[in-house]
Amino acid sequence: MRMSIGRVIYLLICTLIFVFLMAPIIVIIPLSFNAEPYFTFTEGMLRLDPEAWSLRWYREIMTNDVWIKSLVNSIVIGVSATILATALGTLAALGLANSAIPARRTIMGLIISPMVTPVIIAAAGMFFFYSDLGLGQTHVSIILAHTVLGVPFVVVTVTATLAAYDFTLNRAAANLGAGPWTTFRRVQFPLIAPGVFSGALFAFAISFDEVVVILFMGGVEQRTVPRQMWAGIREQISPAILAVATLLIVFAILLLLTVGWLQRRGESSQ
Amino acid sequence: MAGPLRLPGNPDVRVRLRALSLVAPLVIFVGVTFVAPLGTMLMRSVYDPVVADALPKTLALLSDWDANELPSEAIFATLAEEIKHASSERTIGRVAGRINRVQGGFRGLVTRTERELRTTGQGTWREIMISVDSLWADAATWHAIKVTGERYTARHYWNALDMQILSDGSIARQPEERRIYLRLFLRTLMVSGLITLLCLLLGYPVAHFIADSPPRQGNLLLILVLIPFWTSLLVRTTSWIVLLQNQGVLNDLFVALGLIGEDGRLSMIYNMTGTIIAMTHVLLPFMVLPLYSVMRGIPATHMNAAASLGATPLQAFLRVYWPQSLPGVGAGALLVFILAIGYYITPALVGGSDGQLISNMIAYHMQTSLNWGLAAALGGVLLVGVLILYMVYERLIGIDRIGLR
Repeated sequence: MRMSIGRVIYLLICTLIFVFLMAPIIVIIPLSFNAEPYFTFTEGMLRLDPEAWSLRWYREIMTNDVWIKSLVNSIVIGVSATILATALGTLAALGLANSAIPARRTIMGLIISPMVTPVIIAAAGMFFFYSDLGLGQTHVSIILAHTVLGVPFVVVTVTATLAAYDFTLNRAAANLGAGPWTTFRRVQFPLIAPGVFSGALFAFAISFDEVVVILFMGGVEQRTVPRQMWAGIREQISPAILAVATLLIVFAILLLLTVGWLQRRGESSQ
Repeated sequence: MAGPLRLPGNPDVRVRLRALSLVAPLVIFVGVTFVAPLGTMLMRSVYDPVVADALPKTLALLSDWDANELPSEAIFATLAEEIKHASSERTIGRVAGRINRVQGGFRGLVTRTERELRTTGQGTWREIMISVDSLWADAATWHAIKVTGERYTARHYWNALDMQILSDGSIARQPEERRIYLRLFLRTLMVSGLITLLCLLLGYPVAHFIADSPPRQGNLLLILVLIPFWTSLLVRTTSWIVLLQNQGVLNDLFVALGLIGEDGRLSMIYNMTGTIIAMTHVLLPFMVLPLYSVMRGIPATHMNAAASLGATPLQAFLRVYWPQSLPGVGAGALLVFILAIGYYITPALVGGSDGQLISNMIAYHMQTSLNWGLAAALGGVLLVGVLILYMVYERLIGIDRIGLR
């Protein structure tokens, strides 16, 4: 097949942009196996000398109490915020899917606003707010903050799923004698579950990657993985952060594949 | 709510109430944990009781003071009394710090005066205090006390807009060397605009390429956009440091290829260049995803029809494809711009000294200078800007369609 010059240039440009998107993520992975404390490829690494490659940074993070504690914090905060955000967000999406709801656009605008408000402003406000309540530097305040930052993603995802949901199924269930709760539990929820779980994963990803709120409101006891990475980047302590980064990339890919899988399931079940 | 109020028990009202009761928990939650904190922050930008609480009597007397004359002995005596009191209450430091922001040198002045007041000397309070420092004879000092003594004040907003309140109460621009914030707002807008443009230039061909591919291949290519989207922001920022820094991968590569000499390494990070490159990378998926979802809906037959009617590829693109892709362009550009003007993390980590944006200044006043009133006012100005853009987005595109899938 002959290709025009224009087509060749177009393909070349697109390839370069894909490289721009992926290169920064790919480059970090081999560097995390660097035997030397450098952020760049050593000559030995380029010669594929086995001596130049090592797992020392992985060993370091796995045995370092600070990293382990920050992982535990990230999980505790992330899971709590995800449960809250998913519960509140799914309920709200169900209400918003009802065409009878008044002031729908205003309510939606309010609920989505944490997604577009600069986090620095929200974090500054929350810092004052929770300090005044005596909740500064606690897990509670950070969980609440992460919940409100993650909830828009749950609402958007579940709303999109509900848009494809056939509400006559609810009436059918009611005709067959099911109450509202039974209808939800046995009919509606199983069908929208993929959307709810995608929303939950979004909310978890938001919390798991959040650092501004932690910087403003968290104390030493609330140090999370991103907070620890922030310190590492600022102080250039060690390439251990490259090992953490690699693990986070693997984690992101797993999340992405799961959400993709859930979405395909959601589409096929409806 | 439109229409006449219906009686309870009416099924329509019941349905509405049920829908509302599902939404209510989240609305209340967002109200308490998000809107209320923003409210307390905005409150701080206009309400500052520290000086007013510490020096109430002095301020009451100063309200009748004629700014052209030295304050009366009564005012001096009252202030001396109240400084002594604040000193014993240990609030004097905060008070002096507040006034110091309007009138540099005030903190030192208070410290010296406080020390002198403890060893009561001879003469009137006026003589004693002026003998400590002639600044007490300067109307500007008293004006600073008066201005900061206003409980409700717009001065933080004037300050955020590079203006100041002069001793005669009029508003004027700050002296040249103190005008920083307007320039920073302007820089933030321009950098955000540039990043939006770069994202559009990079995102458009890629979104088109994915939308144009057969579904299987398209889905695989979409993953190349989604992996960066799901990858931690800190990881991506770290990667750019690794790639761009002086001893980093790209510079090493350029040197190895002989493109630049060992001493000619490029500074691509810890400056504005670093901020722009890293932020474009971080925000690019927010451009590609809405573009892609619009482009997927443009039938390929349209371009074929244009070609068979004799349009050149460029004409067909400009007259047929581009207009249909505009909703995606609008959605992506607005979203990227909104996210860019409030960005904090990336500029903070890779921006060096000249790559900082307005959010970084807010963080500086929150954490370092502790001028919370000013931080809140800068945040208030930024918030208004973002809300306007958000409402434009809502009008033009609709929030439900904020495309992330």
